[in-house]
Amino acid sequence: MSGLDELYKEVILDHYRSPRNRGKLDPSDFDLHRDNPLCGDEVHLFGVVEDGQLTGIAFEGKGCSISQASTSMMTEKVKGVSIAEAEELAKLFKSMMQGEVSPDPDKLGDLAALQGVQKYPVRIKCALLGWNTLLEGLKAYKEKQGS
Amino acid sequence: MDAREVRNDFPVLDQMVNGHPLTYLDNAATSQKPNQVIDELSRFFREDNANVHRSVHTLGERATVLYEGARAKVAELIGAPGPRGLIFTKSATESLNLIAYAWARHRLTEGDEIVTTAMEHHSNIVSWQLAAQDTGATIRAIPVNDGKTLDLEAFRAMLSPRTRIVTVAHVSNVLGTINPVAEIAAMAHEVGALVVCDGAQAVPHMPVDISALDCDFYVGTGHKMCAPTGIGFVWGRESILEEMDPFHGGGEMINDVWIDHSTYNEIPYKFEAGTPPFAEAVALGAAIDYLNGIGIKAIRDHEVELTKYGLQRLSEVPGLTIYGPTEAEEKGGVIAFNLGDVHAHDVGTILDTQGVAIRAGHHCAKPLMRTLGVPATARASFYLYNTHEEVDRLVEALGEVTRLFGVGR
Repeated sequence: MSGLDELYKEVILDHYRSPRNRGKLDPSDFDLHRDNPLCGDEVHLFGVVEDGQLTGIAFEGKGCSISQASTSMMTEKVKGVSIAEAEELAKLFKSMMQGEVSPDPDKLGDLAALQGVQKYPVRIKCALLGWNTLLEGLKAYKEKQGS
Repeated sequence: MDAREVRNDFPVLDQMVNGHPLTYLDNAATSQKPNQVIDELSRFFREDNANVHRSVHTLGERATVLYEGARAKVAELIGAPGPRGLIFTKSATESLNLIAYAWARHRLTEGDEIVTTAMEHHSNIVSWQLAAQDTGATIRAIPVNDGKTLDLEAFRAMLSPRTRIVTVAHVSNVLGTINPVAEIAAMAHEVGALVVCDGAQAVPHMPVDISALDCDFYVGTGHKMCAPTGIGFVWGRESILEEMDPFHGGGEMINDVWIDHSTYNEIPYKFEAGTPPFAEAVALGAAIDYLNGIGIKAIRDHEVELTKYGLQRLSEVPGLTIYGPTEAEEKGGVIAFNLGDVHAHDVGTILDTQGVAIRAGHHCAKPLMRTLGVPATARASFYLYNTHEEVDRLVEALGEVTRLFGVGR
């Protein structure tokens, strides 16, 4: 497999072409828009939390295949899990992208396909955009609950 | 000129990238450097290095002569009446900030208007925003209605006695549009506004004559024209520079200093506080000698040929959209494009695996991206060492994008 096919795995292109959980949620418990100022990728993430579970998640956005596919896969993975589990997954994914741990397909599923992005350092931030937005949204939600 | 021969002067071009010969088409971001410039920079440090203007010794004198010689070369290159109005800075960005700070902040008041354009680089927008925030002035932008050129009718309608400064790119770094600076300057001068022209994408690529443009300030940068980074310039009308306050305070820009006040040096030194990037300036002088040796007009003709060929080859690629003027004579050697709905970053990464270096992103021109209705574009930009064969390699590499993303199928 060429380096290129390693990066643009079919599952990534599939999520890019047919993003899962695309759209808005109204009402929602968190709703925030983030972008990569350097490259212009954009993600707008909506989340609904019930009893500490992330029961609803959806996103809108535009940008490169890596940013949009990573966010699409993320929504599939974190839908229905607890806030703590979602944060745990985000940390695990970030560690994988930063090359600190090898991918665990049991825990990450399709997301393991994004490991190829590691070889393209300038693109790692594309893969992390949705996840950083999620972590920020969860943090804002928790602060709102706490106050 | 023969681009294949010119390439021998640029050692960086002779390498493989990801298993393919390097095809460097990111010249609007920065140019590569010829041996003549690399060697002069090295020679200067080996033989002549000393601080300029303040040493009585021989090396100091040699360095000063070379530094002032470079100033004269830049002035001559852009058709300035003389070197006195030519100030060295670290970049075109710093040059624009110098004007915004040292002229605009002291002269604008609430309700005054700064006119920029919708196709500017961020440096020619944000510098003015900072001045506007401090003075209460407002910023307006000449629109780009057809995705190619400035709307001069709209410009005429926005001019008023409150228009104090009009600032425009000579050549757009995305669209490649060569703007009608002389016409804009004449309209701006009718209402008493000053005219700033950003020549960062013009001076390296085409003959420039600022006396014909009739602008009041003209800025440029060295690293896009074969010189090192860290050296730029601003030319200003001497009568305006004389009236202006300094930009930075420090050594070299003073005449005399007491604890509570100072008197300032004459222009251009009033604007060159501290040790300037003199080695880089000397290397810029070498770069100008190099470009003049080949001929700026010959470089322009070569780029027009290459752009014509690039526009033709790219227009044959199914699903490809080109932004900006489509007549090579009407633009600089820059082609911005998107392939289908594939994001420019994906295009950039895929081309890189084929050894083809282009820029992908918003090109520091987000207002223009909004006008075009795209988050980003890919951009191929040419210089004197690029060849028709490299345009072919670009088109061939785009085939990989089509294969992976299924554009045009």
